[in-house]
Amino acid sequence: MHDGALFRRICILGVAAWLLVFALAPNAGLLVVSFLTRHPEDFVAPGLTLEAYGRLMDPTFAAIFWESVRLAALATLVCLLAGYPFAYGIARASRRWRPWLLLLVVVPFWTNSLIRTYAVILILKSRGVLSNLLEALGLTSGPVSLLYTDTAMFIGFTYTLLPFMVLPLFAAIEKLDRNLLDAARDLGAGSLRAFWNVTLPLTMPGILAGSMLVFLPALGMFYIPELLGGGKSMLLGNFIKNQMLLARDWPLGAAASTVLTVALAVMIVLWRLATLRARQDEDDDILTEGAP
Amino acid sequence: MADQDCIIELRGVSKRFDDMLALDGIDLGIRNGEFLTLLGPSGCGKTTILRILSGFEAPTSGEVAIAGRRVNDVPPERRQVNTVFQNYALFPHMTVEANVGFGLRMQGTGRAEAARRVADVLRTVHMDGFAKRRPGRLSGGQQQRVAIARAVVNNPLVLLLDEPFSALDAKLRKAMQLEIKHLQRQLGITFVFVTHDQQEAFAMSDRVVVMNEGRIEQVGTPQEIYENPANLTVARFVGDINILDATIAEKVNGVRYRAVVEGSSMPVETRRDFAPGDEVKVLLRPEDLRVWRAVDDRPEGPFLTGRIEETVYKGATVDIIVRLEGQDGGKTLLAQEYFNEDDQEISYATGETVAVTWVNGWEVVLPDA
Ligand SMILES: Nc1ncnc2c1ncn2[C@@H]1O[C@H](COP(=O)(O)OP(=O)(O)OP(=O)(O)O)[C@@H](O)[C@H]1O
Ligand SMILES: [Mg+2]
Repeated sequence: MHDGALFRRICILGVAAWLLVFALAPNAGLLVVSFLTRHPEDFVAPGLTLEAYGRLMDPTFAAIFWESVRLAALATLVCLLAGYPFAYGIARASRRWRPWLLLLVVVPFWTNSLIRTYAVILILKSRGVLSNLLEALGLTSGPVSLLYTDTAMFIGFTYTLLPFMVLPLFAAIEKLDRNLLDAARDLGAGSLRAFWNVTLPLTMPGILAGSMLVFLPALGMFYIPELLGGGKSMLLGNFIKNQMLLARDWPLGAAASTVLTVALAVMIVLWRLATLRARQDEDDDILTEGAP
Repeated sequence: MADQDCIIELRGVSKRFDDMLALDGIDLGIRNGEFLTLLGPSGCGKTTILRILSGFEAPTSGEVAIAGRRVNDVPPERRQVNTVFQNYALFPHMTVEANVGFGLRMQGTGRAEAARRVADVLRTVHMDGFAKRRPGRLSGGQQQRVAIARAVVNNPLVLLLDEPFSALDAKLRKAMQLEIKHLQRQLGITFVFVTHDQQEAFAMSDRVVVMNEGRIEQVGTPQEIYENPANLTVARFVGDINILDATIAEKVNGVRYRAVVEGSSMPVETRRDFAPGDEVKVLLRPEDLRVWRAVDDRPEGPFLTGRIEETVYKGATVDIIVRLEGQDGGKTLLAQEYFNEDDQEISYATGETVAVTWVNGWEVVLPDA
């Protein structure tokens, strides 16, 4: 009993120390840097100022911010639409196949995602795998290239982030009691209405979790728009990277980074509130619930 | 089977799962308004019959008709049959009210009428105070009531209940048995109930279907099945029973025979036809046996002789275990007598010699299968 408590304390301490050193400290550093002055050689110079934030108050940055949110939201939607049937299929596959299918979902993680992004380039580029295939099938005359288009960027986002959508969805769908679907059909709901009224609301936690896991990285990921989108549209991730590495404007990069972090934090809090509310909410009337 | 008022008819229904025959040629007519129970050991196919009635499984062969219409190919959502699932299967994200109103909403019943019917049925099952709660915050018995309300609010032709009490403790179970039976009378809806508890089946049903290994062994009222089991399987399954080995010695007249029962010559009665020399089983319920002190109150007429092995007091009754005399140690019999406070003499000493008889005509004689 006592040993258990001790072990637990050590574990919690370990995790806390890890988070402190590798998450909280760098972010705190970033926060501090965002309030410092720019310096051409030493990156930053002492002297507290809101100058970096001032420079962010700029239509160009706002446009970058909203474009990033829009793309990340679209990528999340694409992942959700592709991931739901995928996760559903795995969750409903026979017990023998399930672990193997899940393994296949996870296998891409074994390769660095930057390298996988270069692989996508090889597929999408002119005279690449896709181009040659289409030509061989006679669907196109001459080489085609999808590279450096928004489509290429979505393909990249979806390919890289799909597992983050599939895994929480799988967990939610697998947990769903199949008797509930039988009950819905027994009460006169066809399979579509059973899905809409039972499966969808009950797997909503998985949908929200998966969406967060896709949306948040999509906001910050800079190499996919750069490599596949051709860097045509400047996104938040690219902006931060450029300020840090190219423009050597650390306070500005740090300020942008802080804004992003705060925005994400606000979203997580909103999401938590929404799920808590959903649990407490007493829906007032059967008949006011939306029917499909 | 040719009942005019059968609401459901199964004709030669078989169901095969892979290489397993779960149902083997089921013929059954379910009468309108009756409380019918499917009784049988685990794995005998009770749930499979219900799922065929509700439409979740299709029979491999045979026909299912509901209200005179063949429904083999009608999906569950288009059958006028509702189910109370074993684990209730209430929708956790909806209130009690929304759960109960779900079927009406799917049928497109008008708002006002749906609200009224939901309120009515919740009152009937004494859950009107819980309309806004979610199922997760209800007790097992309350969830049970909501599950029943959710099914009956749709006015089904038949209500199917698959072991609805298995998650309840013994006391609540007894109370719910009575409640459901009353509800069925009140609503007049046909109930098809599944259980593997014989006492539950007998307490609730108009008719009981005893099943075993995918076949129907007997259909009848609880009394018919208890007092006149069609075969040894049924006899063994429904309650304690003594099974005595016997050989027919002669036919006396009509239904009367003389038989050698466990070595003693005894009169037996049966409507079945036997010839001298036939090996038979004589079945006797514990409460049909009489135990006599061999020394002072020896019965008139023939009897079996044995020794008291044990007496077990059970409040209102006493179980008496008697070992019959016999070359190979003899068979043990279980007799049950009402405990009589005035009769101090009821306590038998272990090892005491006693005589055992039964009321003539209460025995069941079956061919030795
Ligand atoms: N979907 C299925 N696939 C394969 N076999 C099945 C399936 N459903 C039932 N069975 C088999 O059919 C037989 C009858 O099953 P059923 O569920 O009807 O039994 P039951 O009488 O309801 O038993 P219990 O009292 O344990 O609920 C069992 O041997 C079972 O293993
Ligand atoms: Mg069953």
